[in-house]
Amino acid sequence: MAATQVNPTRMELTRLKKKLVTAIKGHRLLKDKRDELMREFLELVRENMELRKRVEAGIRSANTNFVVARAGMPEEVLHAALMAPKQEVTLAEDVKNVMSVDIPVYKYSTRTPDPNDIYSYGFAFTSSDLDGAVKSLADILPEMLRLAEVEKSCQLMASEIEKTRRRVNALEHVIIPDTQAGIKYITMKLDENERSTQIRLMKVKDMMLEEAHRYSEKQNH
Amino acid sequence: MSKIAVMGDYDSIYGFATLGLDTFPVDEKEEGTQLLHRLAGSGYGIIYMTEKLGEMLAGAREEYMGRISPAIILIPGVSGNTGEGISRVKGSVEQAVGSDILFGEEM
Repeated sequence: MAATQVNPTRMELTRLKKKLVTAIKGHRLLKDKRDELMREFLELVRENMELRKRVEAGIRSANTNFVVARAGMPEEVLHAALMAPKQEVTLAEDVKNVMSVDIPVYKYSTRTPDPNDIYSYGFAFTSSDLDGAVKSLADILPEMLRLAEVEKSCQLMASEIEKTRRRVNALEHVIIPDTQAGIKYITMKLDENERSTQIRLMKVKDMMLEEAHRYSEKQNH
Repeated sequence: MSKIAVMGDYDSIYGFATLGLDTFPVDEKEEGTQLLHRLAGSGYGIIYMTEKLGEMLAGAREEYMGRISPAIILIPGVSGNTGEGISRVKGSVEQAVGSDILFGEEM
């Protein structure tokens, strides 16, 4: 299946043989990479699903709490209460390398260490439902951050796995068979050339002997 | 040091402000796209987005898929869950494996 034109020369043969060795080595390495990535990915994506379900349930219930809180107090008071947040979250991003894929690692820190600083308002004019709502949201924040980390990693790994899989397949089904076919073609062609040279030499030898000794004429006498 | 942003309709996200996350109320496609690009360019490491808005900005989100930062994470809004977040997880399994072999039977 040598689709491309190859020169049947020894130099080309050596080149193709080297290429085949590299391709086979590369194929083996990429396959290992794909398998390891896949293992890590499957582990991570399971965690991703778990976390997502938990976070979604958490946010949903927090939202319900907020709706209840909102119903119990005037809107302006609610806006005023949440206008100036006391707390601030900063994120330290780090990068971890898993099988040549860079995935993020987040570390978050709050401006003040006091967990009660999420209440940015005095308790006098707001309903207690609001406290509960804010608390329920604060409780799922760590899981939300972990979700961000895991989900982003999953996305990055998925695209890397896809790329690696394509490469493995291209090597396995195109590059390696093509190179093998090329090598076979050149070997055959070279063998054929050698045989025809040999036959030509034998023929020439016959002709020269004929010329020197004139066998056919002697036979006729 | 980077920050965390929350995008979506006001009702769904105002609670996050108390935790110290930066909230950006938006519920329009044009405005959201611009805001997303602006936030991504100004050092936000994680951007949470309501699923409803996320569906509107699918095209703009695509751009940041291959990049390590920012991570755009969908969360349910106050009006409910569209299932986009879950289907994104399934989508990445599909992309990696070829078909969804893990969560296919669920939902």
